[in-house]
Amino acid sequence: MENILREGSAKTPAVNFDSASGVLELKGRSIPENSVEFYKPLNDWIENYGANPKDKTIVDIKLEYFNTSSSKCILDLFKKLESLKTKGAEVLVNWYYEEDDEDMEEAGEDYQAIIKLPFNMIEVEEI
Amino acid sequence: MSLKRIFKLYRTMEMEDIILSFNGIVTADFLASVLHLMETKMQSLDETSKRKKKVFNVLVECIQNLYHHIDDDISLQGKTKKEPRTALIMVVKNEQGFLIQTGNYIERELALELEERLIKINSLDKEQLRDYYQSVLCNGTVSDKGTAGLGMIDIARKSGNKLEYEFLDIDENHCFFSLNVKID
Repeated sequence: MENILREGSAKTPAVNFDSASGVLELKGRSIPENSVEFYKPLNDWIENYGANPKDKTIVDIKLEYFNTSSSKCILDLFKKLESLKTKGAEVLVNWYYEEDDEDMEEAGEDYQAIIKLPFNMIEVEEI
Repeated sequence: MSLKRIFKLYRTMEMEDIILSFNGIVTADFLASVLHLMETKMQSLDETSKRKKKVFNVLVECIQNLYHHIDDDISLQGKTKKEPRTALIMVVKNEQGFLIQTGNYIERELALELEERLIKINSLDKEQLRDYYQSVLCNGTVSDKGTAGLGMIDIARKSGNKLEYEFLDIDENHCFFSLNVKID
C-alpha cells in the first residue's frame, strides 16, 4: 500500500505513515479550522493498513500543539489504532512533549486515560 | 475620526499595554495572518517558550471560536450591520502576564447557551475541568464545521484562571459578548 508523506504547514503537521516499517509519525502543529478534512485520509489509511498490519506498529506523536478541532480527530485516529489489537497486532504510542510543556504532557495523559494502548511519555528539549 | 482622536486611541492602547488589536471580519485567511503576526511578535518578547505556547494556543482557540460561531448576518435594531462576521480581538501584555480579549455581537438565544456553559466551566476546579474535557472529547460529536464543543473548556484549562465575561444587552434579540482570558 502507498505511504503517506506530507510536509508540515503553518496549520498542519508533517505526516509520515510508513506501512513497510509500521512507523506512523505526526510532527509539528495541528490547528486547521476544520480538522476533519485533514485527518480523514489519515484515518482511511489506518483502516486500510489494519487489513494487514505489521506485528508491531509504532506511533510517534510529536506535536507542538493542537487545537480542539484536531483533538477529536486525533482521538478517532487512536481508536482506529486501538482496533488493530483485535488482529493480534501490537501498537505502541510514543507521545513526545517539550520540557516544561505541561499542557502537551496533560494532553497525552488525557488520551492515555481514554485509549487502551500503551503510551510512552517522552520529554524532549525541543520537538 | 478626527486627527486628535488618532492620538487619543494610540495613547489608550499604549496605556492599556495592548500589543495586538484587530477589529474586522474574521476569515480563515485572517486567522493565518494574525497567528503569523503574533508569532513574530512573541519571538521578540523575552518570554518562556511555555508561556508563548500557552498564549498562542489560547489565541488560536479564541479566534477559531469566533470564526465558527460568529453570526453571518446580524440585524441590530432593524438595521443590518455594515460588516457581518466582525469581531474585536486584542492581546495585552502587562506585568501580570497576558490577556486575550475578544468582543462580538451574538444572538440572545446563543448567548444564553454560551453563558450556561461558561458558568459551568467557571464552577470547576483544575481536575474537574480535566474530567469534563475528557468526557466531552469521548462523548461529544463533531459538527460539520469541525467543532467539538471543547473550545471554551480548553481555553479555561490552558489559562488556569476563571474566564471573565460579560453579555451587554444591545436590543431585544442581541447581546455584545466580551471575553477576557488571563494567562499568568
